[in-house]
Amino acid sequence: MLLRLTPTLIVTLLVGPILAGLAMALLPAFGYLPALGGESLSLAPWRELLAQPGLARSTGLSLAVGLVTTAVSLAAVLLFLAGAAGTRLDRWLRRAVSPLLSLPHAAAAFGLAFLIAPSGLIARLLSPGLTGWERPPDLVILQDPWGLSLMAGLILKEIPFLLLMSLAALPQLDAPRRVAMARSLGYRPTIAWLKTVAPALYPLIRLPVYAVIAFATSVVDVALILGPTLPPTLAVAVLEWFNDPDLSMRFLAAAGAVLQLGVTLAALALWWALECLVRRLGKRWLVNGARVRGDRLLRLAGRGILLANTLAAGLGLVGLALASLAGFWRFPAALPDPFTLQHWQRALPTLGGPVTTTLLIAVAATLPALVLALAALENEQRGARRPAQGRLRSALTLLYLPLIVPQIAFLFGLVVLLEGLGLRARLGLVIFAHLLFVLPYVFLSLAEAYRRLDPRWARLALSLGHSPAGVFWRVRLPMLLAPLLTAAAVGLAVSIGQYLPTLLPGAGRVATVTTEAVALAGGGNGRVIGVWALVQAALPLLGFIVALGLPRLLWSNRRGLRGTP
Amino acid sequence: MRHPLSRPAARLAPLLAGLALAAPLAASAAPDLDDWGAVRDAARGQNVYWNAWGGDTRTNGYIAWVAQRMAERHGVEVVHVKLDDTGTAVSRVVAEKAAGNVDEGSIDLIWINGENFAAMRERELLYGPFAEALPNFALTRPEANPEVVTDFTLPTEGYESPWGKAQITFYYDSRELRGDSDELRGDGEGVAEPPGSIEALLDWARAHPGRFTYPRIPDFTGSTFLKQALIALTDRREALYAPVEESDFAAVTAPLWEYLDALHPHLWRDGRQFPDSGPALRGLMGDGELALAFTFYPSEPAAAVADFELPESTRSYVLDDGTLGNVHFVAIPFNSPHKAGALVLANFLLSPEAQAHKQDLTVWGDRTVLDVAHLDEATRSLFAIDAENPAMLAPEALHKTLAEPHPSWMTALQAAWQARYTAR
Amino acid sequence: MNTPTVLRLEQVRIALAGRLLVEVDAEIGPGEVLTLMGPSGVGKSTLLAFIAGFLDPAFAAGGRVSLAGRELTTLPAEARRVGLLFQDPLLFPHLSVAGNLRFGMPRREADKRARIDQALAEVGLAGFGERDPATLSGGQQARVALLRLLLSRPAAALLDEPFSRLDRALRGETRRLVFARLAEAGLPCLLVTHDHEDAEAAGGPVIILE
Repeated sequence: MLLRLTPTLIVTLLVGPILAGLAMALLPAFGYLPALGGESLSLAPWRELLAQPGLARSTGLSLAVGLVTTAVSLAAVLLFLAGAAGTRLDRWLRRAVSPLLSLPHAAAAFGLAFLIAPSGLIARLLSPGLTGWERPPDLVILQDPWGLSLMAGLILKEIPFLLLMSLAALPQLDAPRRVAMARSLGYRPTIAWLKTVAPALYPLIRLPVYAVIAFATSVVDVALILGPTLPPTLAVAVLEWFNDPDLSMRFLAAAGAVLQLGVTLAALALWWALECLVRRLGKRWLVNGARVRGDRLLRLAGRGILLANTLAAGLGLVGLALASLAGFWRFPAALPDPFTLQHWQRALPTLGGPVTTTLLIAVAATLPALVLALAALENEQRGARRPAQGRLRSALTLLYLPLIVPQIAFLFGLVVLLEGLGLRARLGLVIFAHLLFVLPYVFLSLAEAYRRLDPRWARLALSLGHSPAGVFWRVRLPMLLAPLLTAAAVGLAVSIGQYLPTLLPGAGRVATVTTEAVALAGGGNGRVIGVWALVQAALPLLGFIVALGLPRLLWSNRRGLRGTP
Repeated sequence: MRHPLSRPAARLAPLLAGLALAAPLAASAAPDLDDWGAVRDAARGQNVYWNAWGGDTRTNGYIAWVAQRMAERHGVEVVHVKLDDTGTAVSRVVAEKAAGNVDEGSIDLIWINGENFAAMRERELLYGPFAEALPNFALTRPEANPEVVTDFTLPTEGYESPWGKAQITFYYDSRELRGDSDELRGDGEGVAEPPGSIEALLDWARAHPGRFTYPRIPDFTGSTFLKQALIALTDRREALYAPVEESDFAAVTAPLWEYLDALHPHLWRDGRQFPDSGPALRGLMGDGELALAFTFYPSEPAAAVADFELPESTRSYVLDDGTLGNVHFVAIPFNSPHKAGALVLANFLLSPEAQAHKQDLTVWGDRTVLDVAHLDEATRSLFAIDAENPAMLAPEALHKTLAEPHPSWMTALQAAWQARYTAR
Repeated sequence: MNTPTVLRLEQVRIALAGRLLVEVDAEIGPGEVLTLMGPSGVGKSTLLAFIAGFLDPAFAAGGRVSLAGRELTTLPAEARRVGLLFQDPLLFPHLSVAGNLRFGMPRREADKRARIDQALAEVGLAGFGERDPATLSGGQQARVALLRLLLSRPAAALLDEPFSRLDRALRGETRRLVFARLAEAGLPCLLVTHDHEDAEAAGGPVIILE
């Protein structure tokens, strides 16, 4: 019975707080918040918002970052998939996807900063030999006013996300046969893939693409590290207004949060219009008969971007590691001289608390997420309802809601609401806020494997006299151990990387490795940032190592389970 | 400390009056300040949430040391809530008061001074007066050292307790700037002396484009640079020591904007981008992007050399006419549920042991607020400054201290800067 | 048991979206095999799913199915005592060979271990109990699947193209073994197949669906 309620429970759990949070952002945005003396509706907050210096620029930036990041990431993923030919490089790039995905956004952003800064690893490696630079060039690279470095930092993480989503969707499409068919008609492989598989793949990854747009338009932590500053992106500006000691600024911040929602929706609408345009133009291209030209170039582009992306993330981590071990490191020396363990030794005593808190929150959010996801999926199986049909499916697309509504827009209102209710269980609130983001990812990651498991296993077990509960515990769970652990690792990684959902509900009191690392960003001490960013990157990676290793260990004498099903 | 109280307080007054009615002040769990023994007993077992800017690892390390001592000595669990901005904590207390939370606040002690203190005092968000009840407070000899009871011209009236002293200190890489080593820099900027005044800084920046900058306003250190420049440039210096409303802001500050407009094109990144904070300047110095920088902590350059962040050729100095200095404090919010613990912590921070440890270059290097000359011989030796360290400022340099303007100037300057240079 | 184990299908009709797929009226006695043949998509497997209790709710089914006098259609799948053999042996990959057999046996059966050893020995798999099923050959796996079905003491067996994945040489041998053991156990069997040789080997009546 309880099982049947889970879809409803999940939807309520996700939609309720988001709607409440949005409402509590909307009311103060129009001047209504009795606790702060706002008793009547007015447009004053909006007038004040419009008077903020650089508002138009902030808004434009957020919009542009969202669209460009998404377009580049999607194009790179499609080109790579189109051109991938199963070479060793292609396989290596694919395998690198999971660890890249587990890398928290902030750590990736720090790594990129260490790589491309004027005094970064690349400039050091090329100097002074190739560049003639004896000291770092005075170039605007990081935090550039056009948001380019911010986009690059986001692309670094969104490419693996979209690639993984595509790889999960591809088996439904029987791509090799489509490509083989087109090739037999004289199409070069990359063009064949783009013309026969991509149009069918896109609808399957549309929601993840929308999630990328929403995330990139409203991201805070990456923008704090790599984003422009005068003015910052809209989400960062809203956070600053929200934290202003002058409480009347909260009305302005609320208006800003609503504007952020508008910007994200506008970005989605623009993208949708773009989709229509591409579909219309694409229709002609699909059947225009061009089948050879550009194949090589497209293939090289896809692989090139993927390779650059993976290398950038990897080298960024190397840069972080070097910095964390660096004694004095004069430009343009490629390596620090001397090396020292001092930064680690000094950080070690202060690492314990935040690491424990991080893991506690991650586990506390991931366990209920796993239980809820399993319950919903099991309910789906018992209802013998195919996921592709029925209202259930459409209800569960609401899972994407927390990924599409900008965090700052509803978390802001949620905090106002909870403060109003006098709730002070900080850690509890943080865990709950994390659950909102962990649950969708856990569900999406588990659903694929759960739904793909051959239904005959369950039928067989039932026909052998086992109850549905027995089938769940004795057949499905053990057989799905590997995907289950992977989903758990995804949940942990998502939780570990959360910045705003820790900062706002935790009232700053809940310190995780992510909030600590981002707080250090302003300090500009590369060595300490190196230490914290590496720790932040290592935690989710450990989860994935366990998730991959444990099934191998447990099933070491069961060949049928050793590969990831 | 990055956030300005950028709205005029006047607009807020009616709102706050309404709030005060809705949430009458209740001094919760207020300990009896006359009985220090009882305060200590009450403190035992309390968790003290200390909100302090967490952008510098040395400060954080020192606070961690304090926490350890407090647990051992007084059975008080000190939790450092790391802020990226003290304004955040002020905003939190305001929000709590607005929500009617008068005895279960989330902050027990707050590292504060200047405009944040002024704002909290004005809104009656602080507990006190308590400073004079702290047994160690007498060691600061306030009658002889008025700066420990004055915060940006405002009398503290016992609502905050002094913790440390800061003064703007410039530093540079002598190997590069003075050409002490000619092996690398042969580009003619070699033998220049570092600039000794705000005016000379402009000439210096013209000669060394891209090699100096200041933190982005509203950063605390950056805002202090604005005040330093304003003091040097304005011909109405006395106006700065009264509330900003009492003078013609535009007229007083006109020379400052003229100066900044001239300076910015020669700054790092052509003045289109500014680093996030004071410590970020240090990072840029370490990477060789800047040739000249400044800090609020006179011993920071020497400490950073010891930490491998700056080259050994780093040297410090203050401007010829002196630089801005101030004292930073700790205060207790009115709704702190652990006032006894906060008091014991504030008292410990004033102890010679804690003050000397704080001044230790290898720890933090923040100067003491105690009147060292009047301590007994043994205790005094704890505070000996290593004059041999070449990166360290000579102690006599710090006698040329300029007083902080009235806090309202900070806020007004920040707002004007942001309006002028954002999205330019 | 007084009532002989007869599987009776009375006017069973299965329709999808108003279109009739299967209509069967048949009676299968103990040890007898009824073979259903016909092209793919006519609903052979749907009929098996209906009898075993896994019919997708999208289908509309009518009629009665009784086994040894018990009405099956109202029972949940796990209470029907209808064993299944699929194209693939479907040995649980997380259990050993013996674990797979034990998984199917009634809970309170005495002396499980001895029965398992004996059953394995009878099909030429003595000593295979602790093996990982993934390491067995196709023919061996098919035999284990058959044993699992028999040891679970079903009252009837449904075979869904059980030999189609085996190569020709193995197929005849396996077929002989399966039908012999099912007959020996006295189970009424319903076989769905494409292969005429299956039907011939089964020896029972054949219904051809179209």
